Amino acid sequence: MVTESLILSAILFSIGVLGVVIRRNAIILFMCIELMLNAVNLAFVAFSRAVGIEGQVFVFFVMTVAAAEAAVGLAIIISIFRHTETVDIKNFNLLRW
Amino acid sequence: MTFEPILPWAIVLLPLLGFAVNGATAFLAPERKEIPTLVGPGVLALAFVLAVLNFVRMLGADLHDPVILPYWSWMPVGALQIDVALQFDQLSMLMALIVTGVGSLIHVFSIGYMREDPGYARYFAYLNLFVFFMLVLVLAANFPLMFVGWEGVGLCSYLLIGFWFKDREKADAGKKAFIVNRIGDFGFLVAMFLIFANLGTLDFVSVFRAAPAAFTYGGTVVTAITLFLFLGATGKSAQIPLYVWLPDAMAGPTPVSALIHAATMVTAGVYLVARAGVLFALAPLSSTVVAGVGAATALLAATIAVAQYDIKKVLAYSTVSQLGYMFIGVGLGAYAAGIFHLMTHAFFKALLFLGSGAVIHAMHEAFHHTHSDWDPQDMRNMGGLRHYMKITWITMWIATLAIAGVWPFAGFFSKDEIIWQAAARAVGPYAGWVQAIWVVAMAAAMLTAFYMTRLMVMTFHGENRLGAEERKHLHEVPRVMTVPLLVLAVLSVVGGWVNVPHAVGDLPLLGWIPHSEWLHEWLHPVTAAADRVIEEHLGAFRDAAPLGGGASFWAVASFLLAVAIILLTARAYRGVTIRPAVESAPPTGLRGVLYNKWYVDEIYDAAVVRPIIAASRGLWRWVDQGLIDGLLVNGAARLFGRLGLVGARLQSGQINAYAFAIAVGVLILLGFVVL
Amino acid sequence: MTTLLFYLFAALALGGALGMVLGRTPIASLLSLVSSLFSLAAIYVLLEAHFIAAIQIIVYAGAIMVLFLFVIMLLNLGHDYQRDLREFGWIAAGSIVAGLGGYAVMRALRADDAVTDMGGSILIETALREFNAVGAVAVPMFRSYMVPFELTSILLLVAIVGAVLLAKRRV
Repeated sequence: MVTESLILSAILFSIGVLGVVIRRNAIILFMCIELMLNAVNLAFVAFSRAVGIEGQVFVFFVMTVAAAEAAVGLAIIISIFRHTETVDIKNFNLLRW
Repeated sequence: MTFEPILPWAIVLLPLLGFAVNGATAFLAPERKEIPTLVGPGVLALAFVLAVLNFVRMLGADLHDPVILPYWSWMPVGALQIDVALQFDQLSMLMALIVTGVGSLIHVFSIGYMREDPGYARYFAYLNLFVFFMLVLVLAANFPLMFVGWEGVGLCSYLLIGFWFKDREKADAGKKAFIVNRIGDFGFLVAMFLIFANLGTLDFVSVFRAAPAAFTYGGTVVTAITLFLFLGATGKSAQIPLYVWLPDAMAGPTPVSALIHAATMVTAGVYLVARAGVLFALAPLSSTVVAGVGAATALLAATIAVAQYDIKKVLAYSTVSQLGYMFIGVGLGAYAAGIFHLMTHAFFKALLFLGSGAVIHAMHEAFHHTHSDWDPQDMRNMGGLRHYMKITWITMWIATLAIAGVWPFAGFFSKDEIIWQAAARAVGPYAGWVQAIWVVAMAAAMLTAFYMTRLMVMTFHGENRLGAEERKHLHEVPRVMTVPLLVLAVLSVVGGWVNVPHAVGDLPLLGWIPHSEWLHEWLHPVTAAADRVIEEHLGAFRDAAPLGGGASFWAVASFLLAVAIILLTARAYRGVTIRPAVESAPPTGLRGVLYNKWYVDEIYDAAVVRPIIAASRGLWRWVDQGLIDGLLVNGAARLFGRLGLVGARLQSGQINAYAFAIAVGVLILLGFVVL
Repeated sequence: MTTLLFYLFAALALGGALGMVLGRTPIASLLSLVSSLFSLAAIYVLLEAHFIAAIQIIVYAGAIMVLFLFVIMLLNLGHDYQRDLREFGWIAAGSIVAGLGGYAVMRALRADDAVTDMGGSILIETALREFNAVGAVAVPMFRSYMVPFELTSILLLVAIVGAVLLAKRRV
C-alpha cells in the first residue's frame, strides 16, 4: 500500500501543478496549491508507515503552515479584490518588465 | 692631487631655488618686482662664483678621470643602475662656467629690459628654471639624467618663447619649438635604448670605456646609435632638418633669445656630440654626416640671413649658421675646436642679441611716445643709431668683427680653427666629402661677414629713418643694460686668446698676443679616447688645404678676406637709400626666395604637417569614433541591451507563467536526480 | 479488502482533484476538493495514521476549506460566471510538464521499488498500543520536536495578525 500511496501522491501533485498553470481565478489557484500540499502529506504518511512515526509529526506541522498560509493568502486576495474588483490573475501583471 | 669639488650640488640647486622663490612671487605677489630682481640674477651669480671656485680647484688638480658624485639611486632595474649623479670633468666644468657666467650677465640685462613687463617675476622664474635644467644637462653623469635636462630646457624654451602667450603668433612659436624638438628627442631616446641594449649601461664613464672594444669600427650598431643621437642634436641645436623652430623662437623676449637660442640651449647638441666623441669616432660615416649637415646648415642659414629685415631674424639665422660650424668641428673629430667655437660664440652672439635688445628697447620707447605702430625690430626703420646709442654701437661692432673672423677678436681663432681642421682632416674614406665641407665652410664665412656688416650698416649707419618726434626720444639704454654689453665685449676680444694655434702664434704680427693652446690641452683628458680611435683608423692629417697652402697661410687669408668683405659691403651700402618698412615693397626674385627662407616652412607644411593632420583626422573618424566608440564600446552595450530585452520578455507578470517556469525547473532538476 | 478500499478512495481522490482543476464554478471546484480531502483522510486511516486522518478532516476539510468558502461567498464570485481557464496552448504545455513532472516525482520517491516496510509498522503499532492514537503523534512531538512546535505557534500568531491587518477595509 505504501507504493500505491506514493504513486497516488505523485499524480495528485502533478494535477495540482497543472491546475496552477491553467486556472486564472486566484482562489482556485490557491486551492490547487492546497492540493499539492495534501499530496505531500500523503507521501509523508506513506513513508511514516514504512519508516516511523516521525513522518506523521511532520504532517502535523505541514498542516499548520498550510493553514497559516491559506489565511494570509486569502487576506491578500481580499485586499486586491477591493482594488480591482476582480480575482482574475491576468490583470495582476504590474511586475512585468 | 685629486679634485675635491666645493658644494657641487649647490651649483645646480641654486637656480632651482631661484625658480621656487620667483615662482612663488609670481603667484602670490607679482607686483613686488624687487624680489625677482634680487633673487633671479643673485642665484646665478652665486652659482657662477661656485663654478669659478671649482674651476680654479680643478686647474690645480691635474684631473685625468672624471669625478662622479652620485646623489641617489634613481632607477635600479634589474641589471641596469641609473643614479642621479653629477660628473665633473674638464668639459662639463667649462660648460657650467659658460652657462652660469653668460647667464648671469643676461639676467642682469633682463632687469632693465623687462622692467615694464607685468610678468616680471614669472620671467625670472622661468629663466632660473631654464638654467637649472641646463646645468643638469651639462653636469649629468649618465644619459637619462642628461635627457632630463634635455627635456627640461625644451620645456623652458617653450615657456619663454611663448612668454607673451596672449599673442596667438607667439604662443604658436612656442608650440612649434616644442613639437619640432620632440622629433629630435625621439632620436635621443632610440639611441639610449640601443646603447643600453648593446652595452648594458648608461653611465658616460662606463659606456665610453667599453665602446671601443664593444663596437666594430664603422659597424652598423654604432653608426645607428650615433645617427639617432645626432637626430636629437639637430632638434635641439637647430640643424637641418629641424632648424625651423629657431627663427620663430625670436617671438620671445630678446634676453631669452640671447641666453637660450644663442649661448646655451642650442649648444646642447654640440655638447652631446662632443661628450659622445668616442662613439662618433667609431662611426666615420656618422661623423661625416654630422659635419656635412653642419656645413650645409651653415651655408643655408647664411643665405637666408642675407635677405632678412628683422634684426632678430638675421641673428637667429646667424646662430643656426654658427651652430653648423660647431657641428663641422665636432663632426670631424676636432672636439676642442668645436667647443672652442661654442664658447666664443656664446660671448659674441649673446652680445649681439643683447645689443639688438638694447636697440629694440630704445626703438620701442621712441614709438611708445608717439604711439606709432611701426615695427621696432625692422632694420628698415632704423639707421644712424650710432649717434644716439654709442655704447651699443661700439660693443656690437666688436661682436661683428668677432663673428666675421677678424684678428684679434675671439671668433677669428675659433672659426679659423674649425675651417683649418676641415682642411687637415680630409683623409680616409670620406676625404672627398670633407674637402667639400671645407669649401662650404669658407663660403659661409664670407656670407657671414657680409650679412653682419649689412646688419650694422642698416641699423647704426646712414640716415635715421624715424620721424623727428621719435628721434627726440631715442637715447642709450640704462647702465644695468650696458654693463653686461661691455663685459661681453671684453670677452669677445680676449676670449679667443685661450686657444691660439701655433700656426698663428708663430706669425710675426698676428702672433703679438698672449698665446697658448690652452683649451686644447685642457680638454685633452676628455677627448683622449676619441682621438686615439681616430688616430688608429684615419692615420695622419694633412698639412695643406685642398687648394694648397698651410695653416698659417689660410689663417692670414681668411682674416684678410673677412676685412675685405666688410669694407666692400660698407662701401656698397653707402650709396643705397633704404625706405622704412611701411613704404617698402616685398622682395621679389632671388631675394624674395631668400627672404621667404627657401619656402622650407611651406614645404614642411605641405609634405609633412598636412598629411599627418589628414591621416589623424581619418583615423579619428574611422577608428576612434567608428570602430572603437561605435562598434566595440557602444556596440557591446547595444548588444547586451538587446539581449537583456530578449530576456526581459520572460517577466510577463503572469503568475501562471511563473508557476510554469518553476515546474519546468523542478522537472529539470528532478531529471538530473532521477536519470 | 483494504486494497479494494484503497483503490476506491484513491479513485475518489483523483476524481475530486480533477474536478477541482476543471471545475466550472468556484463552488464546484471547492466542493470537489473537499471530497478529495475526505478521501485522503480515509487513505490515512488505511495507512494507520488515525490522528492525522482526524485532524485532516477537522483542520483541512473543516476549517481551511470553510475559510475558502467564506471568501468565495464574500467576494460574490458565484454568479455571472465566465470561463477562467487559460488558452489551449497553456493547457497542452501544462499537461506535458505536469505529466513529466509527476513521473519524475514518482521516480524520485522511488515509488516503484519503494521499501514497503523498514520496520516502521512495528514501531507504529508499538506506539499506538502504548500511547493510543493521539499520544503516538504527541509524544515524539513534545519530546524531540518541541522547538518546531513552539515556532509554529509563533507562525500562527504572525499569520493571524497579518491576515487581520491585510483584510481590514481601513487600516
